[in-house]
Amino acid sequence: MKNLRGLLGSALIAAAACAIPATAGAVQIDGAGATFPYPIYSKWFSEYNKVRSDVQINYQSIGSGGGIRQLTNQTVFFGATDGPMTNDQLVAAPGKILHFPMVLGGVVPIYNLPDTGADLNFIGTILADIFVGKITKWNDPAIAKDNPGATLPGSDITVVHRADGSGTSYIWCDYLAKVSPEYKAKVGVATAVNWPVGLGGKGNEGVAGLVKQTPGSIGYVELIYALQNKIPFGAVKNYDGNFVRASLESVSAAAAVAADKMPPDFRVSITNAPGKDVYPIASFTWILLYQNPKDKAKSKMMLDFMKWALSDGQKLCGDLGYAPLPANVATMVATALNSVK
Amino acid sequence: MITPVASGRRARERGGFRLGTGAVALLVPLLVAGIAIVLTWDSLLSVRQFGLRFWVNSTWDPVAGIFGAFPFIWGTLYSSLLALLLSTPIALGIAVFLSDLSPRPLRQPLVFLTELLAAIPSIVYGLWGIFVLVPAVRRIESLTPPWLRRLPLFEGPPLGVGLLAAGLILSVMVIPFTASVAREILKAVPANQREGAYALGATRWEAIRMALFYGRQGIMGAVMLGLGRALGETMAVTMVIGYAPRASLSLFAPQYTMAAVIANEFSEAADDLYLHALVEIGLVLFIITIVINTMSRLLIWRVGSERA
Repeated sequence: MKNLRGLLGSALIAAAACAIPATAGAVQIDGAGATFPYPIYSKWFSEYNKVRSDVQINYQSIGSGGGIRQLTNQTVFFGATDGPMTNDQLVAAPGKILHFPMVLGGVVPIYNLPDTGADLNFIGTILADIFVGKITKWNDPAIAKDNPGATLPGSDITVVHRADGSGTSYIWCDYLAKVSPEYKAKVGVATAVNWPVGLGGKGNEGVAGLVKQTPGSIGYVELIYALQNKIPFGAVKNYDGNFVRASLESVSAAAAVAADKMPPDFRVSITNAPGKDVYPIASFTWILLYQNPKDKAKSKMMLDFMKWALSDGQKLCGDLGYAPLPANVATMVATALNSVK
Repeated sequence: MITPVASGRRARERGGFRLGTGAVALLVPLLVAGIAIVLTWDSLLSVRQFGLRFWVNSTWDPVAGIFGAFPFIWGTLYSSLLALLLSTPIALGIAVFLSDLSPRPLRQPLVFLTELLAAIPSIVYGLWGIFVLVPAVRRIESLTPPWLRRLPLFEGPPLGVGLLAAGLILSVMVIPFTASVAREILKAVPANQREGAYALGATRWEAIRMALFYGRQGIMGAVMLGLGRALGETMAVTMVIGYAPRASLSLFAPQYTMAAVIANEFSEAADDLYLHALVEIGLVLFIITIVINTMSRLLIWRVGSERA
């Protein structure tokens, strides 16, 4: 008991010591937003602090919606989001807000069918039909058609979706709404939607846990989460008609193709992008900045960081399982940074 | 003899003390009023748009901007009542055993263990729920005979997560509260009541029933305390309820609670109406809690005045 108390005491002291910022006197830049890029952002911030010890960036991963709200209320210097801001949101902000893609993410379908004998292939329209409740059995001919090698049971399909508002849901819905007009009409695209069927899990871990526990279930998680936890996932048919399994390369490829038609504000959806090896359920994640912020000194430091993140920073992506921006897109974004004052 | 100086100081002290404690006591009603005002103010958009339909509408669609709280109200009340049904007999059993029947050396350890249950953080209950309770419930659900599964009460595939798991986990969380208070009540029943019963030739069971009846006002209070706990519980229920905003009678169906939807969706709600609708859910939960507490208070008072 005494030992335990001693241990607790020293743990508290250690925690207190950590709480004191290591670099007193450094300029602090505060940001808030998406949870999806949080691991790579915090890696960037700590690595960048080694290069430039006079800059300390704090990031609260409170969710894309919270990030947009805090940026609009000007309580943070920068925001971060997994889904681009809507026109209404942009108009509501007190100044012009710019979007800058930083890295890429993919979303993959995961399922629990113990004895299929092969990895499953999915078509977007069929995934949409499953998620609106039109296809309810695993041995539905529509699924069987693209999975000749797999034995599909006659059991019910249990749909598992995210219960919390999430950028992952946004990307998933964005893709399904693009390929299925019915999905677009019935469900729509947002970080949280009115799911017609199924049950919810909180976070990637919640969805993955439910799918793992429930035979006959299907859900969706971030590619990074599936890779890190070695969860098998299905391939999805892309715009060109090939079944592609998600990987860092096939997700980056989606952005490379989009570079030709990139709108100047970078608010672009790259789901269902054309290209032979492109994985269709991919998206940028953005950092949001005011074009004309009040604090020019801070703005300069933030821009320096962004340029670093778009060059040296991109090399850190792979280790953490993020798909880096293709070189041509990174250059475009770095050039666009010059418009920030 | 009290000198005038001393008595003046005493009077001042008394006045100061009264003022100080009075101010602290006033803090609570002020806080409640403050919460009510802020909840109403921050949900005005949604209150104006949906009015009373918010309480009965079953659609929760952030994309279309249509918000109704009915499935969440239903899930909260259903899971709490289920928890109450499951926990009350067990908690009363524990209380009776500890106050009347338990051998002396066993009593203190058991009291300690019961109260320990109340100290476990709800996130720990939630994790236990996911890893132990939910798979067990799924097994029970899949073993349920088909003819029973046709009843509305047991409809749906065996998912494990859902209302039954939520009710079970809530009842475990509620038991220590109800049991501790009920035990205190039974302890407070005057000894002459039991002695009188024994003197009249009552069996032990009859004497205990008499003690329970004597303390019914307090025991009802204990049960209501448990209900209050169940209504507001967020984390543990959130982890096992299954998050499906569809009101259903079935114990096997995944459902949703008010606290859970706020916890889940607040961080991503960027749209004003959406945010206000979520705050209004908080307001609804606040109102329901107040109404239920007031009703239980009235009930307890009525039982109390019957006796007088």
